[in-house]
Parts: sequence; structure tokens; C-alpha cells
Amino acid sequence: MEALVASAVAILTAGGVYLILRLRAFPVIVGLALLSYAVNVFLFATGRLAVNAPPILQKYGDPAYTDPLPQALVLTAIVISFGMTAVLVMIALGAYLETGDDSINMQGDEAQDRGSDKGDDAEGRE
Amino acid sequence: MNHWIIAPVVLPALLAPMIAFVMRHDMVLARAASMAGALALAVIAAGLVWIAADGSVHVYRLGDWPAPFGIVLVLDRLSAMLVLVTAVLALIVLVHAMATGWDARGRHFHALFQFQLMGICGAFLTGDAFNLFVFFEILLIASYGLMIHSGGRVRLRAGLQYVVMNLAGSTLFLFALGTLYATTGTLNIADLAVKVQQIPPDDAGLIRVAAMLLMIVFAIKAALFPVQFWLPATYSNAPAPVAALFAIMTKVGAYAILRIHSTIFGPGSDAIAGLPGDWLFPAALVTVAIGALGVLGATRLMMLISFSVVGSMGTLMLAVAAFTPEAAFAALYYLLHSTFAAAALYLLADLVLARRGTGDLRRAVPVTSQNGLFAALFFAGAIGMAGMPPLSGFFGKLLVLDALRAPGQMAWAWSFILGTSLMVIVGFGRAGSQLFWKSTAIPADETPDSGTPGPSDPPATALALAPVFAALGVLACLVAFARPVAIYLEQTAAELFDASAYIAAVLPEGEAEAALERARAGADGSAAEEGGQ
Repeated sequence: MEALVASAVAILTAGGVYLILRLRAFPVIVGLALLSYAVNVFLFATGRLAVNAPPILQKYGDPAYTDPLPQALVLTAIVISFGMTAVLVMIALGAYLETGDDSINMQGDEAQDRGSDKGDDAEGRE
Repeated sequence: MNHWIIAPVVLPALLAPMIAFVMRHDMVLARAASMAGALALAVIAAGLVWIAADGSVHVYRLGDWPAPFGIVLVLDRLSAMLVLVTAVLALIVLVHAMATGWDARGRHFHALFQFQLMGICGAFLTGDAFNLFVFFEILLIASYGLMIHSGGRVRLRAGLQYVVMNLAGSTLFLFALGTLYATTGTLNIADLAVKVQQIPPDDAGLIRVAAMLLMIVFAIKAALFPVQFWLPATYSNAPAPVAALFAIMTKVGAYAILRIHSTIFGPGSDAIAGLPGDWLFPAALVTVAIGALGVLGATRLMMLISFSVVGSMGTLMLAVAAFTPEAAFAALYYLLHSTFAAAALYLLADLVLARRGTGDLRRAVPVTSQNGLFAALFFAGAIGMAGMPPLSGFFGKLLVLDALRAPGQMAWAWSFILGTSLMVIVGFGRAGSQLFWKSTAIPADETPDSGTPGPSDPPATALALAPVFAALGVLACLVAFARPVAIYLEQTAAELFDASAYIAAVLPEGEAEAALERARAGADGSAAEEGGQ
């Protein structure tokens, strides 16, 4: 099972990194989602993998239990990454509608050309 | 338990939704509430500094769960001081945003501003590594909103880039925390400090990975080479008051490295053995150089200031990388200085650009109103940032240089810091003469470019100028009251490297001593084992 979980984390991470490097809004968002799945599975594994064990110490007998803390961490991480993805989608949508282009990468001197002067410094005049 | 410790987190957390939901249509009310909140935060922060100044470490247990099991907030000299810096900076920025009307150019500025303060204060106060992650996310999500405040094509694209960069960084943070938890079984900073000491050097592979992953995460926040690329585009395209507030955000990264890598992975632990410093030092050197080259090469005013921020972070991290109490003292002094120097420059740049119409440093535009005043303020800000006397940048750099006397460091650090200071002086000198001097040669009625608007804005009001004066005044105060500040910071730095008080305060009675005892016994045992082999 260790090999299965480890390879799942590896494949999700590899896919996520590959998609982020595409530098287009949609693949990057999917890539970040894949990365957050990868990290969630990874966080589960940090409490050691235990199958069919309760996340709580039993009073009598069976000492087998699975570490509850990573589960709490994963829950927090899921909520945060969900919120962040929502914000990212909104900002990406805004940027796409505003610029008509979904490329993430800003060209080095893009902000210097006349048309986009607005975003930088003439903003104060509005 | 002193309940005031959690006030810097709770106060903005309560205020922000009230501003967002109750006062969303009433700008006056929102401004008043935001201002009152920032003032109260400053008063609370001053009180916290007063409490912490005697060297005691105060712990706030959330839900009264004992330390390694529950989350704790820890108030010591370092966190108290940084909360105060945040509060003062917030006041300055807020006055500027109101006086120039920036807060009315988009929606929810004040709510996002309060959430941002909540995240920053929480990150400084927390004593738990996962809680640190949560507060990082809070301050980041607020900063995404502030970054794209008032919109615009370039700003949205720069904002998107910033968000993607930080989301990738957050994922890395979680990987690092997972590795840390898998190796030590705890995420409480004090408990980690004890547990990491117990790890025998032969078994240290994973903990080293965790330490370096955390370092990369904090380096992203602190804009350190090779992950500094996001900063110039972000800061120079953010609204100026937001960029000024972001001056403290890079310091959150520096604080996290100071706290985590000297308390947990400090020079005392065999498992890590100086690994963070070995990597941090060259990275900081390159960052200093990138900052200075960027200042020389910048063609726009905001870009120039942003690169000078990168350079100042490099100088700060050079001092941090030494991981000695003396260097940490220098780093803390420089941290105070560079926060307010950057804020002063961004706020001033906003006033200048509002009148000048363009931040292009390659062409001169006609002289604007109050040219002499702005030139004088820019001069003061520039010598502060470049590190010339009489402002605190000089003391800061002097302390950093003085602390970096180790044989392997001195030649590199001194030549880079001194050389780049010269480059920054040249860059700022050229920018200043182009902005304020050459424009006096152009008659006001003859614009070189028909698209360029003339100097039509009214002169800046006293209220709009006050924040710049206040930020520069802080720099002057850092010089005038250098002695008391230095005493406080020296004690802070000593505390960072002797974590026993911190550990004893956080972990329950007996537990801490037992843990330290076990750590010592474990170290002796492993030493004996090694001897046996």
C-alpha cells in the first residue's frame, strides 16, 4: 500500500507541476488543484498508514489506531485550498476578460508600453 | 493567561466582516471603523511590547489545551515588536489611503486591510507551525484582494501571477509541514525545538529535507533568489499604499526564517548542522546583487523602489544567514529600518506619480507642483534606503557589516553590500535628478508628448504628506533612540538563540525539563554509541 500511496502522490505532483509550467490560466488552475490533492494524500501518509483503524485510542484492548492529527490538518488544507482555488478562478477570469489573454506570464517590459501605463503609475490620476 | 495576547488577531478579525457587511455602502463609517481599529491595534501592540520588554515569555493557550496538543500563541520580545511595527505601518498606510482616496477606488479596501492585519499579526504571534501556515494563508488571501484593488489590465495580470506563485508556495509549505510531522510527531514550535535536538545525526535526512523545504517557502515570501521574481512585478503594479503595506509582508518571511531556523533548526542541533546558513548566505548575496542591478536598470519609479526592496531583503537575509546573536541583532535593526524606508518611498512615489502622470524615468515631463518638497522627501527616502547617514539605513548596514566578520563571510558580504550600496545610490541619484531636476528645464506649457497630461493636480494636502513624514520620522527615531532600540533588539536576538525560556514557557511544567533532560541524555547516548563504534 505504501508504494501505491507514494506513487499516487508522485503522479499527482508531476502532473500538477507539468500543468503549472504551461503558464495558461486554465491548465495552471487544474495543476494547482492536482498539487493540492497530492499534498492532501501526502499529509494523510505523514501519520503512518493504518487501514481499518479508528482515529482514537480505545480504552480497552486494541492498541491499533490511526493518527488523528493529519486528518485534521488535511481537513484544514482542503478548506483552504478550496477557497484559494475559488479566488484564483475569479482573478484569472477577471484578468482574462480584461486583457483577452489567459497567459500567466507577464512579459518583462509589457508594463512599459503605452497602453498599459495605466495599470502602473497613471492609476493615481483616475 | 493574558487575554490581550490574542487581541491583535481577534480585533481585526471581528472588525473586517463588520466593515464588509454592515458598512459596505458607507465610506465614512468604514474609514472611521478601520482607523479606530488600527489605532486600537497600535495601542494594544504598544502594551504588548511593554509586557514583553522584561524578557518574560507569555503563552496564550487556545481552548486552554496544554501546549503540544493545543495551539498556542506566544508573546515574546520578537513577536511583540513585530506586531507593533505592523500596527504603526498600518496606521501610516491607512492615513495615506484615505487622504489620497485610494480606498474609494475599489470595493472592500478596509475589510481586506483588516484581514491582512489579522494574518500578519497572527503569523508573528503563533507558536505552532501549522497555525503559521493558516495565518500565512489569511494574509495571502487578503493580499490577493488588496493587490488587485481598483483593477486595471496590468494589475490584474500581475495579481494573477502573484496568486499562482503563492499558491504553489503554499503547497510546498504543506509538504514541508507533513515531512516535519512525519519525522517528529509534533508541530508545536517549542516541542519541535526539543524533538529536533533528539534526532541523531545519522538519522537526519528527512528533517533536513523539511528544514530546507521550509526555507524555500519562507524565501518565496522574503523574495530571496532564486524565488524573488514575483516581487518587482507585484509590488510595482500594486496600488501604492498596498505596496507600502506589503513592505511588512516580505518581513514575515524573514521573521519565519529567524524563528523557525534559529529556534528549531538552530546552530545547536546536530541533525541540521548549519545547513540553512550555508544555503541562505549565497542566495542572499545574489539577491543583494539582483536588487542593485534592478535599481540601476529600472525604467519606472515603482520598479526602482521594488528592486531596492529586493536588495534590502538580501542585506537583511545576509545578516540572518550568519545565525549568530550579533548578526540577528543587526538583522532585526535593519528589518525595522527597511520596512519603514520602503513604505516611505512607495507612499512618496504615489504622491509624485499622481502629479507627474507617468513613472517613466527615461523622459522628463514638466515640473509639477511642490517639486522642491517632493525632491527633498525623495532624497531623504533614497539615502535611507541606500544606507547613508544620518538616517537609520546607515546604522543598519553598519551593524550588518560589523556582524559579518567570520573569515569565510567577510570578503563576500562586505564587497557585495558596499558595492551594491554604491549602485543603489547611483540608481536613486539618477532617478531623482530625472524626476525632479531635469523637469525644471522644461517649460510648463510645452509638453514633449501630447499624450502626457500636465501638472493639473492640486498640491498635496498636509494630510496626504503626513504619512511620508511619519515613515521618515520613524527612520529618524531609530537613529535618535538607537540606544534603547538596540538594547531591546540585543535581548531579542539573545532570546532567539537561547530558546530555553521559550520552551519552558510553552511546554507544561516538568514536561519541558524532562524533555530537555531526555534530549541531553539522547545526545550523550548517541555520542557514546558513536564512541563505541
